[in-house]
Amino acid sequence: MSILVWIELNDGRVVTNCWELLAKAKELAFELETTSAALLIGDEVDEAARMALTYGADTVYAAADATLSRFRLQPYAALAEQAVERAGARAFLTNGSIRGGTLAATVACRQKAGIAANASDLRVEEGELVAVRTIYSGNIRAELRFESRLAVASVRPRSFPMPEPVGSSGAIEMLDAVLDEDEIREKVTDFRAAEVGEIGLTDAHIIVSGGRGVAADPPKGFELVGELAETLGAALGASRAAVDAGYIPYKHQVGQTGKTVGPDLYIACGISGAIQHLAGMGNSKIIVAINKDRDAPIFERAKYGIVDDLFEAVPALTAAFRKRLA
Amino acid sequence: MKVAVLIKQTPDTAELPKITVDEARSGEVGATMVLNPWDEFAVEEAIDLADRFSCESAAISLGRVGETDALKHALAMGVDSGLLVDEQVIGDGGEWETAEALAEAVKIADGEEGVSLVLAGKMSVDGNSGVIYAGVACKLGWDLLVNVTRIVDIVDGKLIAEQVFEGGQETVETPLPVVVSVAKEINEPRYPSFMGIRKASRAQIPVLGEDELQVGPSSTVRWEGMSKPEPERVEVRIFEGSTVEEKAEQLADALLAEKVI
Amino acid sequence: MASTQELLYTEEHELVRKMAYDFTRNEVMPIIAEHDRNHTFPYELLPKMAQLGFLGICLPARYGGAGMDFHSLGIVSEALEYGDSSVRETIAVHLALHALPIFQWGTEEQKQAFLPDLAAGAHIACFGLTEPGAGSDVSAIQSRARRDGDSYVLSGEKMWITLADVADRFLVFVKTQPEDGARGISAFIVERGWEGLTTGTLEGKMGVRASNTGWVNMQDVRVPAGHRLGEEGEGFKIAMSCLDNARFGVAAGAVGIIRACIDQSVQYARQRKTFGKPIAEHQLIQQMIAQMQQDLDIGELLVWKAGLLKNRGERNTRETSMAKWFCTEAARRAADNAVQIHGAYGYSDEFNVERHLRNTKSAVIYEGTSQIHTLMQAAYTLGMRQDRPVRCPMPAYDADAWQEDE
Repeated sequence: MSILVWIELNDGRVVTNCWELLAKAKELAFELETTSAALLIGDEVDEAARMALTYGADTVYAAADATLSRFRLQPYAALAEQAVERAGARAFLTNGSIRGGTLAATVACRQKAGIAANASDLRVEEGELVAVRTIYSGNIRAELRFESRLAVASVRPRSFPMPEPVGSSGAIEMLDAVLDEDEIREKVTDFRAAEVGEIGLTDAHIIVSGGRGVAADPPKGFELVGELAETLGAALGASRAAVDAGYIPYKHQVGQTGKTVGPDLYIACGISGAIQHLAGMGNSKIIVAINKDRDAPIFERAKYGIVDDLFEAVPALTAAFRKRLA
Repeated sequence: MKVAVLIKQTPDTAELPKITVDEARSGEVGATMVLNPWDEFAVEEAIDLADRFSCESAAISLGRVGETDALKHALAMGVDSGLLVDEQVIGDGGEWETAEALAEAVKIADGEEGVSLVLAGKMSVDGNSGVIYAGVACKLGWDLLVNVTRIVDIVDGKLIAEQVFEGGQETVETPLPVVVSVAKEINEPRYPSFMGIRKASRAQIPVLGEDELQVGPSSTVRWEGMSKPEPERVEVRIFEGSTVEEKAEQLADALLAEKVI
Repeated sequence: MASTQELLYTEEHELVRKMAYDFTRNEVMPIIAEHDRNHTFPYELLPKMAQLGFLGICLPARYGGAGMDFHSLGIVSEALEYGDSSVRETIAVHLALHALPIFQWGTEEQKQAFLPDLAAGAHIACFGLTEPGAGSDVSAIQSRARRDGDSYVLSGEKMWITLADVADRFLVFVKTQPEDGARGISAFIVERGWEGLTTGTLEGKMGVRASNTGWVNMQDVRVPAGHRLGEEGEGFKIAMSCLDNARFGVAAGAVGIIRACIDQSVQYARQRKTFGKPIAEHQLIQQMIAQMQQDLDIGELLVWKAGLLKNRGERNTRETSMAKWFCTEAARRAADNAVQIHGAYGYSDEFNVERHLRNTKSAVIYEGTSQIHTLMQAAYTLGMRQDRPVRCPMPAYDADAWQEDE
């Protein structure tokens, strides 16, 4: 019996969200009076396996082979099923990435297991695992309990806090029966690592926007706002006032006559929050306002605020994040 | 070769915020129903592939008998035929029963040409799980490519495609038959044509019911405690401090604690 | 509760409606406010509308059209004007005021020669009737044509011509027998590039700024006799029949404006708060919303009625005039109320409602002012006006025949 977590590797490096999940798995395992386990698949996994032990895995099931250097569903799913059986897994958890979701679904379907896709929380209630997720595009929240022997969930990144590594006491077990290359149908013929490019407003998880508040020195103002956006991996937005004044091109405009956005975080710098701007970003999960005017309407929608000049506050915030994200 | 595309009829995205807990629980949703927006990309790709490789395309949807708006939209866009699987065949079943029913329908849609490619959208805007196509691949015993941004070619019985994941982009080759979920970058869905609209409005869409396909029951999850997430109506927290740096430090800590960065 | 649409229209019409509204939301609305602000014509929409068949919706397939019925023309007009009047006007001018008259009055040779390129958008066409000194009073036009062997020589000036600087085909009305008043008018199809033809744009319009409005000047333009539409002296009847087509699109489009004003106002009224509650809860706001809805419901029925008569090939001058008169006035009321509901925001170009208000002021003027329609309706009811059959009535819609390729 154990809670098994797939530790995803990207080009040989661990996707760090998986450590959050592994720490959560350890917590759940404790409540369910079972153990936590990690699954590592790749061409070279020793280092990652040792790290998995320090992040709380009681056992690491590992498979290392040249055929496993890139994610391919056929061999990966076969190994995951093997690990599920070896570990007598009660739950199999993956990071809710594109591949994590695919692996979870495939293992769940083959094992006739219930699945909670894109779960945002996991907990134990009355000795049962409960998964929380939303449906109808975030408009209904639901809880799932599992009726199958195995419970499977893919979990949204950043659902749990990032743990600190602790000392390790677990063991590494190697999985066997890796497929030969000629048994694997899918061939990867080319790979290009993701480029860090400009992030589009409508796809962005974080948006940092500038408004009329930059008027004292518009180029400098948007440079500062842009630096904050870059530091956070955010898209750069603007209010209509800033666009109309020619401070920044129209493609950055958020609002009634610009783009409608709904990021996890919206940082409004020097934006008063006119109703037409709110119409375009009011669905943002967390709104932060940086404005000199405490009475600006943006503060009625904001969860956090700084009342100060953006020319001072924005670089200070950039510096604070650089320190923390380094 | 024949290309099948799996589609779902879902509430108009503009009306999703109005969905109530009762509607979600019963599935009796009052909203305007449309072709799931993610599936439009799959339908477009099916039509495009049918043109490129001179083959037929078929849209398959699981839903209620008589509710054919999504299938009609696909037909109006230019898919050659539609097939509705009566959702009663899966009873109270969940994802894997749905996948099994769709897999069975793919086999029935086979006809003489043989379906060797199944396309699907990323996820539905109501279920949000994105697992059905993976289930269909399992039930059919076919390979699966996910988040495909370009189908480069189909040659010598192999599909060559580009797929994108968080870490980058790969070009892959895999032998047919294969299930492919498409990303929105793959194409720009066309508008229905007037000719397609006429064809769609006259089309009688065949229904597969319990006589045509059986699905084994296997209840795997219980849905409980549905609720409407209320937007947090909290008073804004203004960070105080003697220097702007102090305020910024507090804000950065608060945002990191929110786990949105 | 069935909507008017479900009661009156078929599944085919509903698919057209969804497609046309999707087009408006995705292609028109994101760009049109900027064009309106800059007084520029959205050329980028022409190939898209042509590709979807909008430019020949209700022309038979054998002439390159989409072979749809007049209800479909109304639905597409409504959807486009939900975005902006200027885009709907393009369809009205090109199709209803140029291609449809050729379909109605043209010889088989003319139909085959002109219609396919119009339906495909290879040519963009317009309509030239109004002159600097002749609007509602059509018989006062001054443009002249004289016969010269196998051709005519045209001279005169047309004004307030929609698409004047965009179009490359012009249906112009000139006097061939000046002494015969309205009976001396003839219609000609004139092509851009012919010697003596010049066009220009009129600036300073209050509304429909994303459309092109201008003048067409003809100085001894030589037009082959084969480009005369109908008989000599038949121009007035042709012009009047054109208005039956165009007014229908104007009426349907006005319904789109009312719907846009309702959608925008409802959204705003739910969101905007005064005196501690959403303004939707204030009764005077509710009154304006209710009036818009009343106008929408009536307008939809009037448009449907005119469309049905057109599909049947029955004379519909009275019904189409009524629909145009009522719907454009209703749209003007709706836009006025929508601006009022939006308050100062409505008065700024941040929201679409002020643009609709400016556009509707044009709609109650063109294609017969509200005053002309008032007089027409009075004349019908008082028995002072009867419509006599025309030589070439618009054929009834026949789905099978219109959708055959040959």
